[in-house]
Order: sequence, then structure tokens, then C-alpha cells
Amino acid sequence: MDRIYLDHAATTPMRTEVLEAMIPYLTDKFGNASTIYGWGREAKKTLDDARASVANRIGADFNEIVFTGSGSESDNMAIKGIAWQYSDRGKHIITSQIEHHAVLDSVKWLEKQGFEVTYLPVDADGIISVDDFRAALRSDTIIASIMHGNNEIGTIQPIQEIGQICGEHGVLLHTDAVQTVGAMPVNVNDLNVDLLTLSAHKFYGPKGVGALYIRKGVRLAPLVHGGGQERVRRAGTENVAFIVGLAKALELAEAEREVVIPHIQRLRDVLLTGLEKIPNVKVNGCRTRRLPNNVNVCFQFIEGESLLLNLDMKGIAASSGSACTSGSLDPSHVLLALGLSHEIAHGSLRLTLGKDTQKSEIDRVLAELPPIVERLREMSPLYNR
Amino acid sequence: MSSACEKCHRYTIGSFYQKGDHVMYTDKVMDHFQNPRNVGEISNADGVGEEGNARCGDIMKLWIKVENGRIIEAKFKTFGCGAAIATSSIITELVIGKTIDEAEQISNNAVAEALDGLPPVKMHCSNLAANALQKAIDDYRAKVKVS
Ligand SMILES: Cc1ncc(COP(=O)(O)O)c(C=O)c1O
Ligand code: FES
Repeated sequence: MDRIYLDHAATTPMRTEVLEAMIPYLTDKFGNASTIYGWGREAKKTLDDARASVANRIGADFNEIVFTGSGSESDNMAIKGIAWQYSDRGKHIITSQIEHHAVLDSVKWLEKQGFEVTYLPVDADGIISVDDFRAALRSDTIIASIMHGNNEIGTIQPIQEIGQICGEHGVLLHTDAVQTVGAMPVNVNDLNVDLLTLSAHKFYGPKGVGALYIRKGVRLAPLVHGGGQERVRRAGTENVAFIVGLAKALELAEAEREVVIPHIQRLRDVLLTGLEKIPNVKVNGCRTRRLPNNVNVCFQFIEGESLLLNLDMKGIAASSGSACTSGSLDPSHVLLALGLSHEIAHGSLRLTLGKDTQKSEIDRVLAELPPIVERLREMSPLYNR
Repeated sequence: MSSACEKCHRYTIGSFYQKGDHVMYTDKVMDHFQNPRNVGEISNADGVGEEGNARCGDIMKLWIKVENGRIIEAKFKTFGCGAAIATSSIITELVIGKTIDEAEQISNNAVAEALDGLPPVKMHCSNLAANALQKAIDDYRAKVKVS
């Protein structure tokens, strides 16, 4: 039995072209980019090329890109770095209830340092209201961090409009674009953002490398002090091989996007339509303003972990926001923000497609899932046929 | 969204379970999860217990049939995780054939042990089964008193 991977929002397999591009920098071309001899110059040139390539693909300038160790680090760096840098201007931060924990836990930590945070709600579709955002602004607001695409329910937020409002009020805007880069056009100028997070392993690059776009003129206190790397914004000898991998993966993702994404979206719609034929199923998140690869549904009367275990036994990898699958035993904060009850959130299932997902795989999921759901419902005290 | 086992730091979910795999749950848990024993309801039960799990919101319902002070039949329905379903299943096996007094001695630890252990984060799931059993026994006793 072939395995079916439908958890591309968690991570994606690295492309072989990316690995091939990285290998020289893990072997012969091992120089430290801060040195002046041949090995070092070679590393520096490679780093410069990668930076130029990444900048070019998101509409940024060369000096506006900082490479980091992950999407989480980029989020932390953006939020804490700005808060610390501009704390004399104000202490108010705006974010949303559905952010990734890298953002939520960063602002929660800042709350303990005396910053004040507004957590904007979302509507039943999982979208933030631009009016709510405007109303939340204060004279002492220094930064807003609103994600571009949500990793659980796939909703796309109105970043462009929010960015415009931020611009008018002199508030910096950070967006976590980890889920959207490679999946849709991401251009920092079109989005009106000052800071933007991306992470290579979500677009078929290596894990443990990310980038932060920082608009020219925006200063930020570093998280890591030490050497002068990344123009003194992040100390540490650059991970040249992984940065090359990030740049190569982004290059390929962007080159293929217009062909690959419609294909993924078509298969996603087949999957969603098929799942909706199962009784007592609810689709989570907006149907139109949605990542092209994301399916998130709740099956009433059953619990997500037992669903995932059953799928796993059939070789199907998926994910759930059920309380039982989280270490904290709380259901997903994103599902709760949609207004779902604990009980409904319990039966959540996220399936995220990738560029190599086949129609035959979707067909198999649609064949395997209904009997599993039926069997678990038969076992459920909440289910009365 | 899914969590790693605290004992072995491996992920169960998405790891394509095969017998003997080094995953979060023991083979015994997986066996009872895959082939749960005594699923269903008993229409003329002598005792019924329903327990909700305060921590994660799961629910178990247990029916028992008693003859001459001995449990001769037990059935369950559970809305919950793999551990919740497995503990529900094994507790029905543990109680069938036992007297009410013997069955009452079954603790949540005994349930977990009967499954060769549960990961620490899942220990609370075994309370679901133990408490549902206690409630079914209480219900049985209350009924006997009345009649
Ligand atoms: C929206 C979002 N932000 C941030 C992250 C964190 O990225 P990383 O895994 O590179 O730390 C992820 C992925 O886990 C994500 O989906
Ligand atoms: S019953 Fe919820 S974690 Fe086991």
C-alpha cells in the first residue's frame, strides 16, 4: 500500500534539485562568508546571489532580506525586535486570535514586559474585519502582526487593506506569509507590509531556514548579538547551504506556481466536494478567500485523534485540531476563534495537498474516509441514527 | 497540531502505524483501538454509567448486565481519542465475569496496566473508563435497592 501525504501545511518534502544545489556548500565549498580568501569570497558571493534572488521574488531590495533559522525565528524577531526598538513610541500591539503560536506566544511574552495587546477576533468564516482593525488602532500602537494565510483553516486575510491603514497611521505591519509564499503571489509592495516572514520547508526547501523581510528604514533590535552578520541584525555564521536551498526552492516554486497551483486547487475542490457528501460534516474557513491546498472540516460525533489513527493505518497522513491531539489538551485556538464548540472542534480534520498529490490519492482518501467516519460514529454515544 | 509522545518523543500521527512500530501507543492499545471489544448498548441493562472527561471533553457510556451479583455482559460507546477507546474496550473485558465488588476495585491504573501502559499525556483517558464503571455500578446498586 502506498502512503498518501496530505499534511503539506505541516511541511513539504524537499526537492532533489534543492538538495543538489545545497550539497557543494555542505562539502567542498565550506568557507565562512566573513573571511577574505577564496573560500570566503565564494561563500559571500553565493549568499549575495541567494539574497538577491529571494528579494527579487517578493518585490524587495537586496538589503531588506535577513536570513534566519526558521519561520518561528522570523516571527519572533519581527515582533520582539520592533517592540524593543520602538518601545519609546508606544506599547500597544495589534494581532489576531488565529495567529501561529510563534506570533501569539511572542506577543504574550511581551505582555509580561508591559506591552498591551489587542487580539482581533475573526468572523465565522475566519476572516478579520478591516473595520475592527481600524477601531483597534491607538495613538500608541507601534506594530500590528496579522498573518497572510492561516495554517489551519487556510483563510487569507485582507493584508493589503490593513497595510494601507497602517501606512496612514504610521504603524508598522508584519505579516506571517509562511503558508502563502509559493502558493499565491506575495509581493511586499502590493501587500503594503513592513515586515514579512517566510519559511523554506513549506515550499519544498529545507527545514530550519527562513527569512524576514524588513522594509528599508525600519530598525529593529536583534534577538541574537555577536558577529556583524546580516548587517548586525542577526549574528551567527551564515548557513550558506540552507540559504541556497531556500533561494532555490523559492525560485522553483515561483517558476511553477501558475501551472502547479491551479492543479492543486482542482484536486482540493474534488476532495472537498467528496467530503461534503458525508452527512454531518462542516467546512471550516472561507470557501473563496482560502489557500488553494487547504481542506479543513469537522465531522460531528467523532474525535480527531481516533480519526487520524485510523487514517494512519490506511497510510494516510493528516492533521487535526482536536483537544486530544494537542499536548495541552485544548482544542485549536483557531477553531475556537471561529465560534465552534469544543465538541465540534473535536472532530476536526485538516488535509493539505501538495504539488505531487495525485487524483488517484484523492480518490483513495474519499473511498477510505467514509467507512472510518461511520465506524467511529457507530461507537460514539453522541450519535443517534 | 499533533503532539509528540512524552515518553519516546516520536509522533504517532502520520507515521503509518504497523505492528511493532515504535510509536506512542503500545501494541495492546492499538489492538483494542482497532478491534474494540463489546461496542454497543444493552437495552435492558442493570446499570448504566456515563462519564465526561473534564480535561478534553470526551464522553464514555457503559452498560452492564448483572446476574447473581456478577457482571455477565458489558458494552460501551465512546467519543474520544485512541486511548479513550482502548481503555473503554479493555475495561469491558476486565469486568465481565467479575462480581460487582471485585469490579469496583478496578482502578484507572489497573486499566492502563492492562494495556501495557499509556503515555503520560494520555493517563487521564483511563479515568474515563474507571469513572464510567463506577457510575454504572452505582446505578446498578440504586436500582437493586429500589426493587
Ligand atoms: C503560519 C506559520 N507560521 C510560522 C510557522 C513556523 O515556521 P517554522 O516551522 O519554520 O518555524 C509555521 C509552520 O509551522 C506556520 O504555518
Ligand atoms: S480522551 Fe481526550 S486525550 Fe484521551
